[in-house]
Amino acid sequence: MAGSKTLNQLPVGSAAVVRRVNAGGIMQRRLLDLGLVPGTRVEAVGRSPLGDPIAYNIRGAVIALRQEESSLVLVELES
Amino acid sequence: MGLTYQSVGIPATREMFNVKVTDNRSVIALAGNPNTGKSTLFNALTGLRQHTGNWPGKTVLQSKGSFIYKGREYTVVDLPGTYSLLANSVEEQVARDFICFAKPDTTVVVVDATCLERNLNLVLQVMEITEKVIVCVNLIDEARRKKLNVDIQKLSELLGIPAVATAACTGEGLPQLLDLISQVVCGDLKPKPKLVHYSSELENAISKLEPKIKEVLGAELNSRWVALRLLEGDKTLIESLEKFYSQEMIKATREVLA
Ligand SMILES: Nc1nc2c(ncn2[C@@H]2O[C@H](COP(=O)(O)OP(=O)(O)OP(=O)(O)O)[C@@H](O)[C@H]2O)c(=O)[nH]1
Ligand SMILES: [Mg+2]
Repeated sequence: MAGSKTLNQLPVGSAAVVRRVNAGGIMQRRLLDLGLVPGTRVEAVGRSPLGDPIAYNIRGAVIALRQEESSLVLVELES
Repeated sequence: MGLTYQSVGIPATREMFNVKVTDNRSVIALAGNPNTGKSTLFNALTGLRQHTGNWPGKTVLQSKGSFIYKGREYTVVDLPGTYSLLANSVEEQVARDFICFAKPDTTVVVVDATCLERNLNLVLQVMEITEKVIVCVNLIDEARRKKLNVDIQKLSELLGIPAVATAACTGEGLPQLLDLISQVVCGDLKPKPKLVHYSSELENAISKLEPKIKEVLGAELNSRWVALRLLEGDKTLIESLEKFYSQEMIKATREVLA
């Protein structure tokens, strides 16, 4: 897949669709509970001054994720 | 077993949440995702009759208030906003423990009408713990403004629980909400939550565990829900059991796990 990345690589202002969550265990469940289920459109909306965490719009709520979390989410960029 | 019940069947563990326990006072919990209007609704229901403090042993804010409706007194507890009840954070643990161990007479899950889908995850989680649940579709004015139409009747049918549309900041829908609350509390209205069915592998494991859990916990907690948590390896539930229940019960739960 050409446009395939992990969520932390998504530039602020752009959107992608979740393909898979690769976390396992409790973290897997946590990310799913935040709405990151496959097929969900996610937009990177803002970066904190130090670049981590990054804020994402997930199903109508803005949620900040750390690199260690967002790097576990496989997404496909919107063309 | 080591549990002491009052004659009227109020859970003994309720007192451990700083909630005054009396015979004729019903307890209502407001649960929901962050920013869905729980506190606005809480204020609308209780007016100036409210207290704030901390949850016992936690730095999380606890708001309690009361109101009287049709001659009955209600205590309302505003739970912290969470996306889940899996106790991954202090807020989630507070919300989960209150629903499990204080056993509110009704839990009202406040959802955002403008992003219903994301909110329904928590509704399903609450429905897995307790049957006494009402879904309150708040921010209905915002939804209307965005030309979103929520079919409340259909939602109620699909979930198997009472549903009502509200705009907490204008008071729209509050009379209907109060009516549903009082009907669920007195048992005139019995929600029948439609639960999620999991894969046959998981369902088999659940049905193996459930009888053993029932032996240990009796009707204290929903055995299906406990089975799911044990299968998920949720250690925080055991910790909470230790806090709220007798030693013999914990030991027996550990034996089920082993
Ligand atoms: N338009 C509209 N705004 C509302 C409604 N209910 C609440 N609000 C507004 O939504 C915002 C959040 O409301 P809160 O009551 O603080 O939400 P909450 O669920 O307690 O939030 P947390 O405690 O952070 O989880 C506030 O600005 C409210 O004024 C409503 O029905 N309609
Ligand atoms: Mg609040």
